[in-house]
Amino acid sequence: MSPVFAIARHEARRIFVSPLAWTVLAVIQFIYGFLYTLTVNDMVSNPGSLNQYMGVSDYIGGGLFGTSVIILMLVIPLMTMRLFAEDKKSGSLVLLTSAPASLVEIVLGKFLGLSVFFAVMIFLLALMAFSLALGTDLDTGRLLAGLLGQFLLMASFGAAGLCMSTLTREPVIAAVAGFGLLLVVLLLDAMAYGGGMFSDLFRQLSLIGHFEKLRRGVFDTADVAYYLLFITFFLWLAVQRLDLERS
Amino acid sequence: MEQDILIEARGLTRRYGPNVAVQGVDLTLRRGEILGLLGPNGAGKSTTMKMLTGNLAPTGGTVKINGVDLAAEPKKAKQSLGYLPELPPVHPEVTVDEYLDFAAALHGVAKNERKAAVAKAKQSCGLNEVSRRLIGNLSKGFQQRVGLAQAIVHQPPVIILDEPTVGLDPIQIREIRTLIANLAQNHSVILSSHILPEIQAVCSRVMIVHRGRVVFQESMAAVNAQNASRLAALFKNAPQRFAVPGIASAQSLGEGRYVFTPETGADPREALIAASVAQGWGLLELKTEGRTLEEIFVSLTSGETTEMKEAA
Repeated sequence: MSPVFAIARHEARRIFVSPLAWTVLAVIQFIYGFLYTLTVNDMVSNPGSLNQYMGVSDYIGGGLFGTSVIILMLVIPLMTMRLFAEDKKSGSLVLLTSAPASLVEIVLGKFLGLSVFFAVMIFLLALMAFSLALGTDLDTGRLLAGLLGQFLLMASFGAAGLCMSTLTREPVIAAVAGFGLLLVVLLLDAMAYGGGMFSDLFRQLSLIGHFEKLRRGVFDTADVAYYLLFITFFLWLAVQRLDLERS
Repeated sequence: MEQDILIEARGLTRRYGPNVAVQGVDLTLRRGEILGLLGPNGAGKSTTMKMLTGNLAPTGGTVKINGVDLAAEPKKAKQSLGYLPELPPVHPEVTVDEYLDFAAALHGVAKNERKAAVAKAKQSCGLNEVSRRLIGNLSKGFQQRVGLAQAIVHQPPVIILDEPTVGLDPIQIREIRTLIANLAQNHSVILSSHILPEIQAVCSRVMIVHRGRVVFQESMAAVNAQNASRLAALFKNAPQRFAVPGIASAQSLGEGRYVFTPETGADPREALIAASVAQGWGLLELKTEGRTLEEIFVSLTSGETTEMKEAA
């Protein structure tokens, strides 16, 4: 087995044996459930708003997936803060760095392990959205695009958080730095709509802008490629940082 | 690949800014050897070990492990290594079994062999009764053993242990020592410590590092033999003067205990016993006493400190 998968499996195990993961899942699920109920209630009390342009899936896409950006921004730095910072603090990172595994494999392994956690979050969210299929017709493709967008957003936030976690030995500092970084990303989006000569550039760079399209059910390869680039960039930075520590 | 020299480091140097932590260290580890790395705190032992295990890039010099250059092919070179750093690199939130299974997988032990490898490592380190416990709940001694098990689970030809007995109680220290001696039957070991009896007890060769340089390197047998020159004796009625041929000087330690330094090449034991019988000194004990590792260590490391002070 390649070290990447060995590390990913072990990292996922370490995430799921920690009370933090379950607390985060519980809180997130509660908030999502709350938003979901509000959305469905809103829809039921305004049946007139549903027409040929606006359906149940749009409601879910807008109400549930739309608000998630803020929640993810708050929660994901908490999930990524320990990835490297804690191992550095306790000295257990040496286990990985003296094993026959390259830094790229170590970073990828940890990231994959984290992605397992994201997949569980997405699964719970998908269960909630698709439970409406019991009573009505859903635009499956549209919801799937929204879920994919949500997953890519999580993975991008995760990569940024992981990168921050390689910078310090203190998990709390990693969390604060991760949160700060994500907030800046969010502000970039605000600048995109502020006009000015760079607004177009900011629009292209904005994580949220690319998510909006997927949320509305538009699957564009450019958006997916954008996220993959974003993730690759931060993972690469993390590898560089770890390499610097060795020399 | 069978090689007789498992680690060959040439001219290892490491600088931290203007500070030189390790300067031009040459180190060779042969098959079946236990090499003891001795030195005062901050002498560069840990830095040397970090460079040997690829955790720190040397400023200068090369490391070859089992014939593979560590800088050129790190993954291949690291396959021959097991490393226990100063702090055992354990994950407190998982069980011993889970952790060792991961360590084995990480070092490329195939899935179907992993269970046996973990069982063997647990057996060697006396971890069987704590298999299912969380590492974080174990005592320091057990955590240290888990760290050791991690270093040997993939049966590497070279095992590098950085102060493996720090923070352990005397019984645990003895157990770890026995374990290391057993390991040496199939592996080569580099062991660092600042505890002298520990090195004396288990190592076949000793290397003293001071201020980042190797100041002494000798096999343990040679250390014991070449210096086994002095005589320690205990008398009931010691005389004022020892007029015995072959004895250059006598030093009283009080309560009838004496240390004799013989003249070069002379063995005055017989003459001493004969004189004692003839003159009624009441000889109770007589043994040869080597210049201990401790004396060598102190003379090498403190001497340079005073020089440094003078220079400063």
